[in-house]
Formats: sequence, C-alpha cells, structure tokens
Amino acid sequence: MPALPLIAHQRPEAVLAYRAGAPISALRFLSEARSLAERLPAGTHVLNLCADRYRFTVGLAASLLRGKCSLLPPSYTPEVIRQLRSFAPDAFCLTDDAHCSVDLPRMFYGESDDYAEGALESEWSVPRIDAAQSAAYVFTSGSTGAPVPHHKSWGRLVQCVRLEAVRLSPIDRGGCAILATVPAQHMYGLESTVLLPLQSGGALCAERAFFPADIAAALHALPRPRALFTTPVHLRSLLAAEVSLPQTDLIVSATAMLSANLAREVERRYGAALLEIYGSTETGQIATRRTARELEWHLWPGVRLERREERCWAHGGHIEGLTPMADILELKGEEHFVLHGRTSDLVNIAGKRSSLAYLNFQLNAIPGVLDGAFFVREDEPASLAGVTRLAALVVAPSLDTPALLERLRERIDAVFLPRPLLRVQALPRNETGKLPQHLLRTLVAQAAAQAPDLFA
Amino acid sequence: MEQAVPKPTTTSADALEREIAELIVQGLNLPMSAAQIDPEAPLYGDGLGLDSIDILEIALIVSKQYGIVLRADNQENERIFRSLRLFSQYVAAHRTK
Repeated sequence: MPALPLIAHQRPEAVLAYRAGAPISALRFLSEARSLAERLPAGTHVLNLCADRYRFTVGLAASLLRGKCSLLPPSYTPEVIRQLRSFAPDAFCLTDDAHCSVDLPRMFYGESDDYAEGALESEWSVPRIDAAQSAAYVFTSGSTGAPVPHHKSWGRLVQCVRLEAVRLSPIDRGGCAILATVPAQHMYGLESTVLLPLQSGGALCAERAFFPADIAAALHALPRPRALFTTPVHLRSLLAAEVSLPQTDLIVSATAMLSANLAREVERRYGAALLEIYGSTETGQIATRRTARELEWHLWPGVRLERREERCWAHGGHIEGLTPMADILELKGEEHFVLHGRTSDLVNIAGKRSSLAYLNFQLNAIPGVLDGAFFVREDEPASLAGVTRLAALVVAPSLDTPALLERLRERIDAVFLPRPLLRVQALPRNETGKLPQHLLRTLVAQAAAQAPDLFA
Repeated sequence: MEQAVPKPTTTSADALEREIAELIVQGLNLPMSAAQIDPEAPLYGDGLGLDSIDILEIALIVSKQYGIVLRADNQENERIFRSLRLFSQYVAAHRTK
C-alpha cells in the first residue's frame, strides 16, 4: 500500500490555517502535531471533541501519526458515550473545553499547548501515512438503538477529497481559505472543512462561524480566494438577517437538501457560485451540482451507481466495496442522477440525521414508557431558519413530561427532541402494529384543540 | 431647530420580557405558552431546553424585531442566555428599534 502525505502544502511558510484572521504556517502545524502525538495517551481510539477547528486538525494529525483511529459518533449523549465505550474500551477524549464532562478518560488540549514561533522544528518534512491505516470510524444512528460504525481508511478519505477539490473550483488551484459553519466532527465537516484544505494546499479557519454577523466578519478577515462551507439552515439565516457578505469565491452547501429557489437567491445576493454536495456517512461525498441551474447530480470521477432490486448501490472511486444508498435515486446515464428524497424512515433536522427507528427505540427504552412513536410533522410551517421539528406521541402514565424529556435528552441529540411531546392513552396502531400518518395527524389536531396554548 | 429622533418606545421591563417570551414561543414553535417560561431558568440546555439551532432562530427574531446583532465571540453570551430575564435586559440595553 502506498503512503500518502498528511498535507499538500509544499513550503514551510505556506498558510495552513487562520485564527482570528492571523495565518498559521504549515511548519507550525506539523511541529504542533508531532509534539501532541508524543503526548497522546495509550488508547488507540480517539474521540476528538476540539471545537476549535485548528486544534481538531492538529489532534487528527497527531492521532494519525500515532496510528490512532478517530471516532465520530452522531451525538454525545451519555447513552451514545456508553455505546462508544463498549465499541472501543480504550477510547479517550481529546478536548479544548476545560469544562468537558464526557464520561471517558480526557486529555485537555488548549491555548497553553500552542507553540511559540521560536519553538518550531527547524527541518521541513511532511509525514506520509499508510493508505490502508484506519483513520476514522464514523457512526450512523442505525435502526436498532446502537450506532453503526463505518470504517474510513486514510487512503480512501484522501482520494475522496482530492476528487472533491477538482470539482470545487477555485479550491483545486490551492491556497483557498475555507470558512465553515459546521463542526469538524461529522462526515461533511471532516472531509470538506479539514481534509480538503489539508489535501488541496488550502487554509482552514479555526473559528466556527455561527451567527450571520459572525459569518460576514470571519469572511472579511480572510484573504481571497475564500470559500464558505455551510448548510441550508445557515444560508436561510444569512438571507433572513439581510447580512451582506464580502466578495466570496465559492459557497458550498451540504447536510440537507437545498431548494433551487434558495440557491438562486443566494447566488443573486452574494454573486458567488453555490455548489451543493451530496454524500452519506457510508460513502462519504460522491456528487455535486449547481443547484440554482441544474437538477441532476454529477458523480465524482470513477464513482458509479447501480440499481439492484429496489435499492441503489454505490461503488468505485474512493468507496470501500458495494455500499447501499439510503436515498431514492434515479439514475441518468453513468455519471448523473436525480435525488427523489430519503427513504421514509430517515429524518434530517437542521442537517443532523437519524432514523425514526433509532429514535423510537430510545424513546421506548425509557423505564415507564409503555409505547411511543416519533413522527414528522409535514403540515407544520418551517421556522425563520427553515427548520421543522419532530413530534412524538407517548403513553407513559407514571412519568411527567419534564422527567420524560430529561430521560430522552440523555439518549438522543437535542435537535430531535419532540415538539410537541403529546401524552396519549394509546397509540393509534392498526392491526399490523403500524401507525398510519392520517391517524397521527388527527390525534395531534385533537390535542391542539384541547390545549391551544401548546400550539400557539 | 431639528427635532431629536424619538427614542424607541419605552416599554417596561416586564412588558418587554413578556413580548420576547411570546416571540420565542411562536418563532420556535415551542409546546408551551409564553406565560409558562420561567423568566429565571436557563434558555440553553437544561431549563427551557433550547439547542443551538434555536439560538440561531432567536438571533434572527431579535435582529428583525429589535435590530440587535448577536455575535458568537461576545463575552456576554453566556450571561445573556442564562435566563429570559437577562436576555430581555440585554435586548433593552442594546435595541436600535
């Protein structure tokens, strides 16, 4: 197996990151990564929770240098951390939050560990990592209550983002500064906001821009070419806040489907091409489209889709083996497809993904819950940022609502907490045990009539 | 002589607090009435149980309604999201409309 370089930067003074607008050199990055690598604990699995994207990246590099594999679970609830411990008993947590309370052995990595310029290595040598080395396990919610691990080797990850760079001009030309509104700790964040700048000779931005005014200020502080990697929620919030952005060379959206109208409005308002990335935790990213102008997605070179019976499968390119796709895809020749939505069990709230089966399992595992089901409120108008939450019906006569919500919060990500959580005597299950959508809607309407306050 | 620009309508602290509670409940589609929000309870995490998407929504609501621009690097953020009361005091002090 070949070994692939950790970074594509060719010179020690090349900019690899910005923090508060100040450049951080590739030499400093490598010096800090090698130094941190020596100090990491013995465990071979790392939960890297550093919120500062530069520290996350140093942590990732240090882990790779020591042959340690990063764990990226779908959330950090106590229940998920328990499951992570049973998956990898030697796992430890690397964090830049002094108040981090994750129940794993913790190593703090913060400002006090930053290098002074004088302490940098004098030699310039870019480490190479064996392509077959395990770089990460990224987890999906699964449907049985336990997160499902997906293995990512270093070589496949690198191959994926090198193909991505080719699609996302001007990133392919190197030196592009990348600002992101998403954290590093999921597939999109890891690939596009960490590995893409490392492997294209670009620069990542340590801060995660969150509020519309943060995004504008952070972009102003970056030199051109500069790109914004974000989600439909943040794009909608930018437009709603009527914030103006400095000239930006590329805007990229992923995690949830972007409407063509929103894409056109963003392109008109900010004068930049908006490319949307399609991918999944299982495959990584595999396609892009210019959403304002085209419906069809263009697959990464070498990646192919195949229909077998009812499902679509992906293979080729950077994908390990034959991988089933959870979405409903219509093939248009070898290199293109149309996305017709997700299979009905999968939910995506503000870019976070789970399955109704997983959420229902966690709800019904709470002592005192006799029956319960989550459902999608399709009738509900979206909020300003375009988000519609889930609702749930629960039969739990011995638990009050605050206690129930507290138990649920220990098990599922807050974004999936039901709004509303409706208490009922029994669920309207039909003879096969299923919950017909129209009966759920009737129950919600009845509950709304009884307690109009709750549905103001 | 030019007239001074009139100051934003002076509302009492209680009225502003109730108005913001109403905007939050409506904007976030919370399953409760505005009166049910404990003005002393934390907005984030435990307490009212809002998450980061909610905080983004609240930022949009107060920017539209009161012209307030929230920033992630504001040292006061931890304090102002500690309760509805502290948040509405922040709005009262920084509103431009």
